[in-house]
Amino acid sequence: MGKVLVFAEQTNGKLKRSSIELLQAAAKSGNTVAAVVFGSHAGDVTAAAGHNGANEVHVVKDASLDSYNPELFTANIAAIIEKVQPSIILASASSTGKDLFPRVAARLGAGVASDCTELNISGDSVTATKPMYSGKCFAKANFENTNLKIVLMRANQLPVAAADTSKSANVVEQAVVKPDLKTLIKEIVKGTSEKLDLTEANIIVSGGRGLKEAANFKMLNDLADVLGATVGASRAVVDAGWVGHGMQVGQTGKTVAPSLYIAVGISGAIQHLAGMSGSKVIVAINNDPNAPIFQKATYGIVGDAFEIVPKLTEEFKKALHH
Amino acid sequence: MKIFVCIKQVPDTETKIKITPDQNGIDTAGIKWVLNPYDEYAVEEAVKLRDANPGSQVWVLSVGPKARVVESLRTALAMGSDEAIVVNAENLDNYSTAKALAEVIKAEGGAKVIFSGKLAIDDNASSVSQMLAEFLNVPHTTVVSKFAFNGENVVVERDVEGGAKEVVQMMTPAVVAANKGLNMPRYASLPGIMKAKKKVIKEIEFSSLNIPASDIKVKYTNFALPAEKPAVKIIAGDASAQAAELVKLLRDEAKVL
Repeated sequence: MGKVLVFAEQTNGKLKRSSIELLQAAAKSGNTVAAVVFGSHAGDVTAAAGHNGANEVHVVKDASLDSYNPELFTANIAAIIEKVQPSIILASASSTGKDLFPRVAARLGAGVASDCTELNISGDSVTATKPMYSGKCFAKANFENTNLKIVLMRANQLPVAAADTSKSANVVEQAVVKPDLKTLIKEIVKGTSEKLDLTEANIIVSGGRGLKEAANFKMLNDLADVLGATVGASRAVVDAGWVGHGMQVGQTGKTVAPSLYIAVGISGAIQHLAGMSGSKVIVAINNDPNAPIFQKATYGIVGDAFEIVPKLTEEFKKALHH
Repeated sequence: MKIFVCIKQVPDTETKIKITPDQNGIDTAGIKWVLNPYDEYAVEEAVKLRDANPGSQVWVLSVGPKARVVESLRTALAMGSDEAIVVNAENLDNYSTAKALAEVIKAEGGAKVIFSGKLAIDDNASSVSQMLAEFLNVPHTTVVSKFAFNGENVVVERDVEGGAKEVVQMMTPAVVAANKGLNMPRYASLPGIMKAKKKVIKEIEFSSLNIPASDIKVKYTNFALPAEKPAVKIIAGDASAQAAELVKLLRDEAKVL
């Protein structure tokens, strides 16, 4: 058996769900599990990391690591890897994970498989499955010529069991490494939305050209608020400037995999269907019964979105808050 | 100054994917190949940067089977790039591709700014830019939707989760991976297309770069199409009845609420 290193992400001292998924998957593999946490809140999550399967937690409690800097993070993760000597690294395919680990892989001569949806660990070998062409097909990533295999998993793909509070981890404090930096993070502008990113959302309500104008997205926001969902959009409405590109689902947008995807006024171009086809349950609301979206949908409503969506919002309110 | 743009040729987004019988790839018969959509933003930004800095040159670079990849290089030339290089190779992974890009850029005397797309829409890996930056020992920023150059440093805006943005300053040389929203890529003009046709594209054989076979770290196999979905269940009735029925199905049948 080898060692699996999990790059654990936290927000305000709370482990992200995606990191808990990875810790539990690593623990299940029978390997020794080492978690690594960065930042001034790193110490706050050591207990939670232990409860979810970490045998040891390496913390670098330095405020310089509170915000992501590729060069600084690469140097620090490389230093930890050298000490821990893992054969497998698991991290989230988050904006940090996706930016950081290819650089780490290049520094250490390792392979990296990004944005994976299935994980298979056997001893110190690992394979992963990932969507290609934004979900038009899937392929298995096999590592070769590398002792260090890095898998970046998309959120919400692995099961999460209840934390086991009887378990704990050894906490190892690691000193921060401070290389000369050529990158300076000048400012972080917070997003307007407190909602989960599309790639992490469990429920997505998405709108297309059938909504007729930008102002009608309010109807979707109301529905999303009731469901605790994130709002997405088709390329057509992003290109029309109704909403930002961060909301686009599809081959030139985000590939998503929520439990529930509600497509409102989206006809379903092949590029959009690719991006959302990984959703577990798909609801399509469209007035055109021949819209391609109905070929991928689990449930379909042929009708006027302006009538149905407000009714749906009311029904969900009743069902969820009775 | 020299500006490099690293591009990839990918199947058009309209492509319906078919898997080869050995399941180790996709059937490329009949595929229309295009310049990766995110790379169009990279080319546009490079050309704008060149135009704002007299005496500069845009070099566009791609790794892949030269017979078809030259077409995407010509697209980039028609958009205004000055020079083009193809590294003739097949079946590389991201690691060895990034290594090849780095070797060529070094051999050509380096670059002040290196652009690419934030990801290629074929393997969706978003990793080559970061690897390239590491191999060149220069800083990088990915998912960039705003770019400025002040003669010495670049300042970019990076899109992160939940609509947040980071403002990042990098010393040059630097690698910048473009997101949608960075600019509006121009259409190639007819004179541009004619000029691009006449350009000589420099050809380099991957084998001449002395990159060992062990620099291929990941191989993709077992390609499969997504599982077929059962036929859609259409919900009938007036709007109120449809809404009530849908909520009931989501709760009791699909159990996603």
